[in-house]
This record gives sequence, C-alpha cells and structure tokens, in this order.
Amino acid sequence: MAGGIKKFVVGSFDDEKVLFPAVKNVRKAGYKIHDVYTPFPVHGLDHAMGIRETSLHTAGFIYAITGTTTALTFMSWVFTKDWPLNIGGKPHFALPAWIPITFELTVLFSAVGMVLTFCYLCNLAPFVKKHHFHPRATDDLFVMVIECTDKTNADELQSFLQTAGAQEINVQIAETGWWIGRYHKEQKLYKEEKGY
Amino acid sequence: MDHQFQLSDSYKKWTYGLIGAGVIALIYGFIMFHPFALAAHGKNVNSTRFWAVLLQNSVFFLLVVNAAMFFICVTTMAMGGWVVAFRRVSEAISSVVPILGVITFVILMAIIFGERTDIYHWLDKEAVAKDHILNGKKGFLNPVFFSVWSFITIFLWWFLGKKMRSMSLDSDKKDAMNYETGKRWIWNNTVWASLYSIVFTLTVASTIPWLWLMSIDAHWYSTMYSWYTFASTFVSGVSLIALYVIYLKNRGQLKYVTEEHLHDLGKFMFAFSVFWTYLWFSQYMLIWYSNQPEETKYFIERIGTAEKAGPYKGIFFFNLIINFLCPLLILMKRGSKRNWTMVTIMAFLIIFGHWIDFYQMVMPGTLHEHATLMPFEFGIASLFVGLIMWGTGRYLSKHSLLAKNHPFLKESMIHHT
Repeated sequence: MAGGIKKFVVGSFDDEKVLFPAVKNVRKAGYKIHDVYTPFPVHGLDHAMGIRETSLHTAGFIYAITGTTTALTFMSWVFTKDWPLNIGGKPHFALPAWIPITFELTVLFSAVGMVLTFCYLCNLAPFVKKHHFHPRATDDLFVMVIECTDKTNADELQSFLQTAGAQEINVQIAETGWWIGRYHKEQKLYKEEKGY
Repeated sequence: MDHQFQLSDSYKKWTYGLIGAGVIALIYGFIMFHPFALAAHGKNVNSTRFWAVLLQNSVFFLLVVNAAMFFICVTTMAMGGWVVAFRRVSEAISSVVPILGVITFVILMAIIFGERTDIYHWLDKEAVAKDHILNGKKGFLNPVFFSVWSFITIFLWWFLGKKMRSMSLDSDKKDAMNYETGKRWIWNNTVWASLYSIVFTLTVASTIPWLWLMSIDAHWYSTMYSWYTFASTFVSGVSLIALYVIYLKNRGQLKYVTEEHLHDLGKFMFAFSVFWTYLWFSQYMLIWYSNQPEETKYFIERIGTAEKAGPYKGIFFFNLIINFLCPLLILMKRGSKRNWTMVTIMAFLIIFGHWIDFYQMVMPGTLHEHATLMPFEFGIASLFVGLIMWGTGRYLSKHSLLAKNHPFLKESMIHHT
C-alpha cells in the first residue's frame, strides 16, 4: 500500500500563531501542502489548509442504514418465516418490539464502521508503519510538510519558510504511504523492503 | 451599528391580521358553539369542541413561549456563551408568558368552574364517588388543587422569567463589566436560572402536563407523559427562536449571528426531535408490550385495534412522520443545518407538527370521534400565533437587540462549531 516516494520540504513551527499565517502564505504562493502534523487537534487548521469536508459522516450514514436493514430483515425473517414463536399473543411481525434492537444495530454498525473507516483514512492499523517527518510532531512542534513537484524550487521554498517563521527546515525524501514492517535505525524506504 | 429594531409594516400587518382572524374565529365559536351549554360526554359536541380547541392551543403556545425562557436558563447554567448574540430574541419570546399565561389561566378556570366534565371527567363528583380509580386520585385531581397550583405555576414562570429578563436589560444601562462585576453578574444569573429550572422541573417536567392534559384521560396515566410534553414544547420553542433569529437576520439585524449559531440551533432542533421520538416510542412500546387494558385504552382511542381503525390513526402516524422522520432525515446533514431556508422550513414544520401532537393529545379524550380540523381550529391557533408575534415584536422593538455588556458576548461573536 505504498503511496510512492517523493521529495518534501519540511518546516517546523513552535507556535500556532505563526503556523496559521504561514499555512496561508504557503498556499497563496502556490506550493502544495502535503500535510501539517500537530501535537494536538488545531481548531480551524483544516479550514486554513483548504481541505475538503470529510465524507466520514456519509460513510457513517450508509453503515447505519445497513445496520437498520440488517436488523429488520433478519428479525422479520426469523420471526415470521424461519421460527415463528407465539410470544404473549403478539403478532409474529412485532415491529415495536424490534425497534430497540434495530436501534442498537444501527448504532453498532455505524460506530464500528466509522472507526474502521477513520483508521483507514488516517493510515492507522496494527503493525503498519508510516514515515515520520519530525518526531517532535507528537510533542511540541507543528510540522508543515510541503510536497516538491516538478516546478518546485526546493531552495527557494526553504528560504520562503524561513521568512514565514519556521524554526527548523530540511528536505526529506520519503515514502508517503503506509507499509507493514519495522522501522530501522536508519529508515529504509519502502523500495528497499522485501518484496517491493 | 444600531441594534434598535423597528417593526416593519408587513410584520404589523401579519400580527393584526392573525389576531383579527383569531378573534373572528373566537366570536364565531361563541355564537355558533354555545360554549356555556353544559355537555356530558358526546352530547353537546360543539360546546366541547370550543373548550377543547381553546385548551389545546392555549396550553401548547404557553408552553412553547415558556420553553424560550428555559432555553435561556439552561444555557446560563451550563455557562453557554454562544447564545448571547441572539439572547434578546429568546427573551422577547419568553416575554409573552404573562400574556398567554393569563389567557390560559382564564380558560382553565372557565373549564373548572364551568364544570366541564366533558373535558375533565374528574370534575364529575358523582362519577368520582362511584369510581375506585378516580377516588384514589381525588387528592390530586380536584378543582382547588388544580386552580391553586396552576396559579402558582403561571405566577412563578412570569416572576422568575421577568427577573432573568430584567437582569439582562439592566446590564445595558451600566458600563461594561470588569472581571469582578462580570463574575458576580454571571453568578446572580446562574442562581436565578437555577431557581427557574427547579420550578420548571416541578411544573412543566412533571405536574402541569398531568393536570392540564393527562387528566383529560382521567383513568389513564403514563410516567413518560410530562417529559413527552416537555420535549414537544421545547423543540417547538427552539424552532420559534430559530425562526425569529432568521427573520431578524433577514432584516439586517443581529450582526453577530452567523451560520455557526444557526448550525447549533439546528442541532437543538434535530436532537430534541429525536429525544421527543425516544419518549414517544418509550410510552408507546411499554404499553403495547405489557398489553394491560387500562393502559392500552389511551392508544385504542387514537389508533384503534387490529380489527377496527381508530379515528386518529392518520394523525397519530402523520405526527410521527413530521416530528421524527422529517427532522431526522432532513436536519441530519450538516449543510441543511447551516442553510437558512432549510432551517426556516423545518422550524415551521416542527412547530406545526407539535401543534398536531397536542391536537391528538387533547381531542380523543374530549371529542372522541367528533374532532375536526376546520377553520375554527386554525383560527384559534392563529389568534395565539398573532399574540406571540405581538408580544415578541413589542419586546424586540422596545429594547436593544444586543446584550452589549454580557460578559460572554465575545465568546458568542467568535463562536465556531
């Protein structure tokens, strides 16, 4: 599940207040932001980066109606066709009695489905590894990663980030996708993994 | 920018038009329905219809405007800052409580002291003496307790609501608060809001729906009933607030109200529609499941049995569609909660839906199969809508639309969901 190997310019910021105008200016200058890694959720950053609205809730809705139909079809099949039981003289098709179970399955399907979808979208899974652009992104740095395209001049971009207020700037060539395996002391690229 | 709102001519026209239509309906009822002719169950149907319709509308709209004050109080107690930008709108709606409160009280007293046994069966002394169940409820369901408690309730709603409103209005006259005075002011607000909420719990969330509405079906009871009534009126109250916010925004007022505030109001409308359904279903399913004749009676009067459909079957399920399915499916999407037109449509639909809900709460026990939805019913509703528009408009045009010294104003201005 490799995304490919690309060249990135990485700028690290130590303040939200510097980060926001920097994100804005970088976008305005026409550079392509790969992602911004932050130690905590930054309110409004997705908006500043111009990321489209997530479709996770649409997926959630689809999982939910899957749960609803699963519950209703299964129970109506069991209680009217497969094994009809007389429960307190109620009709076999006892819809009110099924509503709580239908509700529970709706919630269960949408919750589990959305968690798994979220993990997939964020490239999170057991035993899966992903390249870290800066270890302090999980501690106290806001790490902005800019992808170098054919037209990007990496040197120019570095000085651009310097003026935007970045504390540390470097260039990295890294795997963008996720892979199953281990990290090494010197990180191996996906290309060097067995079975590439 | 000036935060003073002038009522437009079209608003006044609508207000007086609706009140006029309502007064005509009322006079028509007075002349045609012989409201003071006594009627036992099902005898003088028109006279019963007159009082049942008045009871339904007065109680519904009173509880709806009262819900606006509850909205202020819960957000105050929860230190909710986002509502401050349109706080005056909720205040304006709640300022109608004394007007509708007096009207409702008069109607209730007319029913009680006119001995309308067709509305409240427990008023019939002979029937109560012979009836084991009603005899047991006599300590609660009697004219004295009913009148006194209704009076205290309406008085406290008015008094505590008035206090909340006047604290807000007083803050306009003074200078901006510093940290200390602001903290004290918020504390005072919290204390009064808590007092109001305690009264609200003891009335709307428990005794008042038992007395005013549930006692129509005097033999029957449900522990869900008061919460169900509360949910019904609270979601309508929030919808009414949303309607006024949208109206004023269209008029170029409420500068600090943005899509974000609308989104949160939409969430309230969505969430409490679902909450209402939860109570609706809980009440229905438990009774359906246990299948006790004295409990199922309530639903048999409405939807009937498997053999014979009841007269309210259509309205009963229509109620569920417009109050549950429509808000659930339409307001679920983020975009529709942020869409001014969509929220307007849904707010109208929800208020109408819960008016219908109250209709099916009051009519089956009073009019049985004789209930109708004719111009008289809508005329009386328009009288109350007109009164709400009149009272709200008066408050909105008299006071600044911005609580400019509220300590949480900035929080509301930068509100972001």
